[in-house]
Amino acid sequence: MAGTALRGRLTWQVAKVVSVAVETGSVRTIMLDVPNWPGHQAGQHVDIRLTDEEDYVAERSYSIASAPGEPVALTVERLDDGEVSPYLTDELRAGDELELRGPIGGYFVWEPEDGGPLLLLAGGSGIVPLRSILRHRERTGSTIPVRLLYSSRTLDDVIYRGELDKAAADVEVIYTLTRHQPPGWAGYGRRVDSALLAEVAWPASAMPLAYVCGPTSFVEAASQALVQSGYPPQRVKTERFGGTGGT
Amino acid sequence: MDAVDGNAIGGLLHEVFGAEMTTTVSVCGTCGTARQVGELAVYAHAPGTVVRCPSCDNVLMVFVKIHDRTCVDLMGLASLG
Repeated sequence: MAGTALRGRLTWQVAKVVSVAVETGSVRTIMLDVPNWPGHQAGQHVDIRLTDEEDYVAERSYSIASAPGEPVALTVERLDDGEVSPYLTDELRAGDELELRGPIGGYFVWEPEDGGPLLLLAGGSGIVPLRSILRHRERTGSTIPVRLLYSSRTLDDVIYRGELDKAAADVEVIYTLTRHQPPGWAGYGRRVDSALLAEVAWPASAMPLAYVCGPTSFVEAASQALVQSGYPPQRVKTERFGGTGGT
Repeated sequence: MDAVDGNAIGGLLHEVFGAEMTTTVSVCGTCGTARQVGELAVYAHAPGTVVRCPSCDNVLMVFVKIHDRTCVDLMGLASLG
């Protein structure tokens, strides 16, 4: 197989857009057909490269939203001042081609044998690699208990809401809406901090494994609070997106 | 400026070293802290990409792309891998 010979090397290749689905007002899921895809692990990402008519090149990393064994899907949030994301969310159509390389990263990944209980903390589009982990857990028949705490600005900003609401009984999904809560909202309405984590997170004595993904400020606050509450630092995996994105 | 994780430059590192590097252990040349590369602090918006030790802030690695070449400075590391 041609792809096997290249294993170990990371080469740019052309993927074809199969479809683009609307997740929220600013978020799209792009389904891709990637020839010779070697397969990926839950939590990995790809690099996307766009080249304009004047050969100006922009590269960005995007988490893979689909589970291992599923076709590659990327969920992308439009950043209004972004160089790459507005093209991906607004311009890209089925049949278009896209340059990518991957899968990338072995640090922020989860396999069922890594165990748990799992604590997944998502800020805004930080949910994307965690969704891959959730789907991987379900597809492999894992019974490791999971708590997901997902911070968004408003209910309309919650990505994968339909899928998360249908999650299995042993997956606890807890929302916090930091900017606006609809009337009668029963979830949380404040930022993720030590006090909120004390209510929601597994106690450190349960030897949980935590994955924290989102904007840098969210990840710093949440991961530091977990370590202060007794989580060993090596059991708190982090993926910072930088300064942008809504939580 | 906000840092991202070493994990975010897994593609660049793979390009430079020819292998997946985010789970490789690095040791800081200043404070001696050992961490997986995926945990290091990355400032990608500097001119080039600057990788710092999250414990002491020492610069561990610098990558600068000039045309098709990547210049690599690993002087801040005691060891890698």
